[in-house]
Amino acid sequence: MTTVQEPKFTNFDDNDQKPVGFGRMLRKEDPRFLRGRGRYTDDVQLPGMLHLAILRAPFAHARIVSVDTSAAEASPGVKLVVTGAMLAEKGLAWMPTLSNDVQAVLATDKVRFQGQEVAFVVADDRYAARDALELIDVEYDVLEPVVDARRALEAGAPLIRDDLTDKADNHVFDWETGDEAATEAVFANADVVVVEDIVYPRVHPAPMETCGAVADFDSIDGKLRLWSTTQAPHAHRTLYAIVAGIPEHKIQVIAPDIGGGFGNKVPIYPGYVCAIVGSILTGKPVKWMEDRSENLISTGFARDYIMRGEIAATRDGKILAIRTNVLADHGAFNGTAAPVKYPAGFFGVFTGSYDIEAAYCKMTAVYTNKAPGGVAYACSFRITEAVYLVERIVDCLAHELDMDPAELRLKNFIQPEQFPYETKTGWVYDSGDYEPTMRLAMDMAGYADLRREQAEKRARGELMGIGIAFFTEAVGAGPRKDMDILGLGMADGCELRIHPTGKAVVRLSVQTQGQGHETTFAQIIAEEIGIPPADIEVVHGDTDQTPFGLGTYGSRSTPVSGAAAALVARKVRDKAQLIASAMLEVSVADLDWAKGSFVVKGDPGKSVTIQDIAMRAHGAGDLPDGVEGGLEAQICYNPSNLTYPHGAYICVVDIDPGTAQVKVRRFIAVDDCGARINPMIIEGQVHGGLTDGVGMALMEMIAFDEDGNCLGASLMDYLIPTALEVPDWETGFTVTPSPHHPIGAKGVGESATVGSPPAIVNAVVDALKPFGVRHADMPLTPSRVWDAMRGQATPPI
Amino acid sequence: MQVTMTVNDVEVTREIEGRLLLVHFLRDVLSLTGTHWGCDTSNCGTCVVWLDGEPVKSCTVLAAMAGGHEVRTVEGLAKGGELDPIQEGFMQCHGLQCGFCTPGMLMTCRALLDKNPDPTDGEIREAISGQICRCTGYATIVRSVRWAAVHEAAVTQ
Repeated sequence: MTTVQEPKFTNFDDNDQKPVGFGRMLRKEDPRFLRGRGRYTDDVQLPGMLHLAILRAPFAHARIVSVDTSAAEASPGVKLVVTGAMLAEKGLAWMPTLSNDVQAVLATDKVRFQGQEVAFVVADDRYAARDALELIDVEYDVLEPVVDARRALEAGAPLIRDDLTDKADNHVFDWETGDEAATEAVFANADVVVVEDIVYPRVHPAPMETCGAVADFDSIDGKLRLWSTTQAPHAHRTLYAIVAGIPEHKIQVIAPDIGGGFGNKVPIYPGYVCAIVGSILTGKPVKWMEDRSENLISTGFARDYIMRGEIAATRDGKILAIRTNVLADHGAFNGTAAPVKYPAGFFGVFTGSYDIEAAYCKMTAVYTNKAPGGVAYACSFRITEAVYLVERIVDCLAHELDMDPAELRLKNFIQPEQFPYETKTGWVYDSGDYEPTMRLAMDMAGYADLRREQAEKRARGELMGIGIAFFTEAVGAGPRKDMDILGLGMADGCELRIHPTGKAVVRLSVQTQGQGHETTFAQIIAEEIGIPPADIEVVHGDTDQTPFGLGTYGSRSTPVSGAAAALVARKVRDKAQLIASAMLEVSVADLDWAKGSFVVKGDPGKSVTIQDIAMRAHGAGDLPDGVEGGLEAQICYNPSNLTYPHGAYICVVDIDPGTAQVKVRRFIAVDDCGARINPMIIEGQVHGGLTDGVGMALMEMIAFDEDGNCLGASLMDYLIPTALEVPDWETGFTVTPSPHHPIGAKGVGESATVGSPPAIVNAVVDALKPFGVRHADMPLTPSRVWDAMRGQATPPI
Repeated sequence: MQVTMTVNDVEVTREIEGRLLLVHFLRDVLSLTGTHWGCDTSNCGTCVVWLDGEPVKSCTVLAAMAGGHEVRTVEGLAKGGELDPIQEGFMQCHGLQCGFCTPGMLMTCRALLDKNPDPTDGEIREAISGQICRCTGYATIVRSVRWAAVHEAAVTQ
């Protein structure tokens, strides 16, 4: 374990360094984006292409009485109008979700959330398609909606999912983890018990590029080409094969450049299926691109957990047990993208970074008349909710004990010698060394000075808060023995070919949405095989060109696919060594690897480069016995465990006592993601997540009125941080490698989104301590903070 | 109706519907897909282009309104194949990730530097505050603009 502080960004001199391997390297993908030459889904234009638009439900819960499309069909430029009834005739009205539920492609019987898909139009251009939507006449019989998850299980609540056989209530699942009796025993005997009701409101990832697809079905050869905004092209291909009955080898899913994903682009949306149907029926390529309102009201939301947190401790601050009870709102269809055995994702890591005696969680999930989704917004499969719960309840305990929150955390950390550490809910943390990470964050923040400043300001009546969060994540799903999505194991393939001239192409099963895979994966290969990153082409996002794998989400690209890349390179290197031994006429054991060449031990003058070997592998002349020509390999990597990054975050806020406006003055983030491949990209990932955190903690919420109308249906109503709401981030790092990952990397894409909301909320609550506030729920908008200052903090839902 | 405008120094004339938005004219009619469509409500700024040198949100400008005017898009930023310093700055300082907001950001930031060659961090944040980036957290965009300012000053001296 080494602890190093990130160098301050003071000059630009090192920017053009291009390491053969790990280090700060400029991104290979940037030149096309900078010139406006990125190719996103909406940029795809095919000859004869038609445009599709979707009619959506204006009500949250209503029975469809009739649909009249005659006027729409007669509208200029319209080629096709399709209703749910027409899809039902083809057996396509319903599709499976990623959680083994079903979801309507187009509603046939009822609409179950505002914005649900009811019909679609295919026309010559996007304006003509929209015009025709206005002409579709749908008669609805409006039903009472279920908007509040607490209402969903009440006797007499309207039944949402009457499409499911034998379904008599709005219950989705019950789930529990930990030991209830052992936890109760600890709680019964504890000095101190703190209980707090904590809501993580519904939010939305809102990537800058909305969701869409271009479907091109060739009726002659039966092949479907689908460009779509997907984070998981291979998984989508398999599901389309199952849904649409098109043989899998006749489906090519292409994820071109993706304008941000954050989990929003993991599910299969009805619009994708509509585009496929539209292309099959018209015989033309069909483009569907949703607008911003459609994205916000109908696609994968995040969170919506109503939690009760309980923590038991000794009077001197030793945490003994944590217990939680959760009511999870899954919307109208259970579309959660989580491994099958984990209906609540990885919420089981709610015991955090602390060595405790017992833990227990009970959860109930319900249907409501809201959009489906649940696992999105860089949430690491619900770890965002888990970390928020534990880091908030630990601060509540600190408040109750009148103890410094940093001191309380330091006192309870799992110690380095305890790793691998099995938690009380059964997770095995691979490695960690928490105290140096925490100490580094405190040093960078000047923690003691901040507390002194706060005391002075409090004496003057000013509101300053310091918030701490320490998180442990579980990422890199996952071991196929217990993780799959709809039966597809969560392993990832990788293929590496070295061309005769020593240039390489690596093919990945994962898909970048801005994380910089074309750079990072070239660096991983470069580090292992010594070919400069500039000479390595990274191919991804096209199912016809890449090996199978489950895609990019849950911070899994580096932990899973990154491991596959390192291992496939080692496999190629092993073969190269056999060829080198023949070329140098020495035994394999007499060769040393010197990143790019094999050198004869004790004779540094005798060596061959990987480029020489590549030419030999493809050239004339004999190869060693049993060695085939060519220099390439393919593997499928099945991780033996998840990886467990951690981090210490400190947030400083000032609150205007006259307006209750919260200003994030400073934010210090120290991340430990194990081995670091490209520090520039890691820093960028962290910055983005921290900004998400400011949004969720202070601004963002998908709210509904009592009729189930979505109140966050545009970017005028759903507020996302701009450059004015966020500070200049201060980042640092420690390095605790993962013991089972071939290069020791752990993944970092979601760390900051997970870790920052509790740090910000803890800071706001800390600032409000003079008012006796122990908890206030997100989003901490001025009006909600104002209420909290007056002892009237209310849950947002 | 017929509309004629200059786009990236080239005069174009097209027959269009009066209601066609400038963003769709650029993207669907001229195939200049560097300008993006993100929100419809002027909140996100992925559609920013210049109209007579001023940044505008092309999702709320009719193509007809650009008739007789000069439009510049991200495709018209690089000169003679050389990246503009603002483009170079974004690359050097990791001012972009998914690249979707980048064209709009570049157009706004270039316009800022043309008016104010040495902006403070606060002035840069103010200038881009009508635009949203979900990836970068903005700090690296601020650095990118400062990189361009510093390097342009060095070239001028």
